[in-house]
Amino acid sequence: MTTVAMGSSETAAPVAHWQGGVSPFAVSWQKLMMWIFLVTDALLFAGFLASYGFVRLASPAWPEQNEVFPMLKIAAMTFVLITSSATMATAVGAAHRRDLKRAMVFVALTALGGLLFLLAQATEWATLIAEGARLTHNPWGPAPFAAFFFMITGFHGSHVLIGVILLTVVALRLWRGRATGMGVEVAGLYWHFVDVVWCFIFPLFYLL
Amino acid sequence: MSAEAVHAESFIRRYLFSTDHKTIGKQYLLTAFFMGLFAVGWSILIRIQLAWPHANLPLLSRLFPGLYQDGVLLPERYLSLVTMHGTVMVFFVISFALVSGFGNFIIPLHIGARDMAYPVLNMLSYWTAVPACILMIASFFVPDGAAAAGWTAYPPLSALPQAVPGSGWGQTLWLLGMALFIASFTMGSLNFVTTILNLRTKGMSMFRMPLTVWTLFISSVLGILAFPALTAAAIMLLLDRHGGTSFFLPSGLVVGGQVLEHSGGTPLLFQHLFWFLGHPEVYILVLPAIGIAFDVVAVFGRRPVFGYRTSIWALLVIGVLSMIVWGHHMFTSGMNPYLGEYFSVATVAITVPFAVLGMNLIASLWRAEIRLHPAMLFALAMIAAIGLGGLGGLWLGTASSDMYLHDSYFVVGHFHFMIGVVTAFGIFAGTYYWFPKMFGRMIDQRLGKIHFWATSVGVFFAFIAMHFLGLGGVLRRTYDPTAYEYTASVTWLNLPISIALFLAAAAQVVFLVNFFWSMFRGQKAEANPWEAATLEWTTPSPAPHLNWRELPSVFRGPYEYRTDGRAAGYRSQVVPDEPPAEVRA
Ligand code: HEM
Ligand SMILES: [Cu+2]
Repeated sequence: MTTVAMGSSETAAPVAHWQGGVSPFAVSWQKLMMWIFLVTDALLFAGFLASYGFVRLASPAWPEQNEVFPMLKIAAMTFVLITSSATMATAVGAAHRRDLKRAMVFVALTALGGLLFLLAQATEWATLIAEGARLTHNPWGPAPFAAFFFMITGFHGSHVLIGVILLTVVALRLWRGRATGMGVEVAGLYWHFVDVVWCFIFPLFYLL
Repeated sequence: MSAEAVHAESFIRRYLFSTDHKTIGKQYLLTAFFMGLFAVGWSILIRIQLAWPHANLPLLSRLFPGLYQDGVLLPERYLSLVTMHGTVMVFFVISFALVSGFGNFIIPLHIGARDMAYPVLNMLSYWTAVPACILMIASFFVPDGAAAAGWTAYPPLSALPQAVPGSGWGQTLWLLGMALFIASFTMGSLNFVTTILNLRTKGMSMFRMPLTVWTLFISSVLGILAFPALTAAAIMLLLDRHGGTSFFLPSGLVVGGQVLEHSGGTPLLFQHLFWFLGHPEVYILVLPAIGIAFDVVAVFGRRPVFGYRTSIWALLVIGVLSMIVWGHHMFTSGMNPYLGEYFSVATVAITVPFAVLGMNLIASLWRAEIRLHPAMLFALAMIAAIGLGGLGGLWLGTASSDMYLHDSYFVVGHFHFMIGVVTAFGIFAGTYYWFPKMFGRMIDQRLGKIHFWATSVGVFFAFIAMHFLGLGGVLRRTYDPTAYEYTASVTWLNLPISIALFLAAAAQVVFLVNFFWSMFRGQKAEANPWEAATLEWTTPSPAPHLNWRELPSVFRGPYEYRTDGRAAGYRSQVVPDEPPAEVRA
């Protein structure tokens, strides 16, 4: 065996294209990095949710959620968000088949779903604030109840917002024919993540 | 791009906003030294106060008018000094130098990569860390001074701006600085993990990586898993301070004769979140130091590392256990005794893999041909510090003895051995070892040895003595150690401790002089001055941009020193296996 010589083209782009150990996961570094980022981000939400559980267990009483939240609306929001994950998956498949038109349409639909979710979330915030919910206190129970609500949904909402912006950029790039399957897929990973986080927030905050 | 073409790059691209992992590593290292000047300086003021609590110090009063008044250190500023010394040392000196500094510099060189996976993110990481440093230092100049709630920032001190003077602006800047630090550290960790997993050169399997890379890998994973808890805590603390929430604040708190409006939260929550990060964090810092010790001991002992694979398994076990022992910092918080017992058992269990690492380090010296270079001296002394720190840890990890020792100087002695001596010696060992590769020149050995002996005598004496202070009942973070009569039999130790630490601090001047003098005037270094087997020594010193002309291929493990009985023989990782005899003939 001899040392592998590096072609000059590879030397010029030192990072991305060369053959070496990519095991154990055998995925590109972009995807790997996104995965690891999502792990830390998921743990941030886990930190919030665990804190919420800790304080709730330490509180003598907690409000009855279905007297505070319009459950039907929340269920509809959840449905929209989960549907947007399905459209995202379709977009990723299309992008990998280089069907950029179709990919663009479905990325745009996904972003639309995210926008709808945000709109519903905003109206919900407005309703609760009108009913007297504040960071410092609320009419239903211990002060941290509303504080956790605003913090957790606010953090999730800002993630959705970032996702919508990301998807808009991806859709524009697809329109110009510049996006790669990898790019769409990495954006998709993020979107599914935002969705999965909601699947924890929804039962833990609204149902239990 | 050839190495020559790079020289055409502008000064700014090359030294300031560089994306080259080696430059970023050096930037972090130098930033750590710079922040170290502050952190050591603050500790000197602390030690002056503890050695001569009733002295009048007009000179210091003139030099630091914000801290002293009429020759006396203000008690609230004493708390700021303790807080900022701890914070800056842990996050802005040790973490910068060991994890970000050496991590950036050495990971690609050790695994045969041209750079980090995402160099731009790497540069961003450094330039997020710089404003964090500025915020921390600036916090001394805001009204009422820097944060004073301790490096652990426990509420309610940290949550109520009116609690103590430093709880105002100082604490806010502290939180913002930490937020930037966490962002920067996370970017670095993303790069480290991805690079180690995906960018290893041909033949560099996971089990051929030097132990430094393994420890950095595990530290980065721990950081990714543990820091989010602190991020969550910091966000909630900011909301408590500025949004009026009560996450960490129970009802009925009285400050300055006034009942506060907060209600419903619990300060214990913060302790859980903080230590869920805090405990892994100390391992994040100590593991790379131990990894460097392994590499240095092999090279300067001319022996393969004993138990390479068991060391890796021990590291993995430490990584897992470190996530589930945080409660040992909270034994006295009123937790359920059964829970305390669990945390005790888990904590004491950690000493087993730790002992494996220590024993492997010692066993690596079996039949070694020791070359007493300063790097080796620091690595050897580190083994002693690991032992002493671990021994103290056993006392603290046992809930029943910790009830007495908690918040005493015993804890201070314990963690200074671990997070102070072990990590600092790791930084020094790494600096003396990799200096030629970093700057292309040799660092002076004689000054290095003076640095080693003065530092060691100082810190070993001081931190061992602190254990006795703690056993005698002296509490940490007390402004006037003579305030309690029942500790009078041990507090005399404070003066010799201070003198020992002044000696150690003076030794760092020798180090810095040596460092910068050698950087410009040292003897030119060859590619492989230590006859070392790992990849970074197969490229010229200093390593060129993109590291190698041709990426090396790896054929063996990192520690093949004198394996076949040949006197000083070693085989570099890039040497192919010799063909069988009949093929040669
Ligand atoms: C060998 C195993 C170890 C054990 C069993 C152990 C145990 C403990 C325990 C139980 C405490 C809490 C004491 C108290 O507050 O009452 C403690 C504090 C501490 N330990 Fe360790 N430890 C070990 C290793 C380490 C290492 C390797 C490091 C750092 C590199 C470290 C750094 C610290 C720090 C910084 C604190 C004090 C934090 C504070 O309260 O400010 N320990 N240790
Ligand atoms: Cu701990």
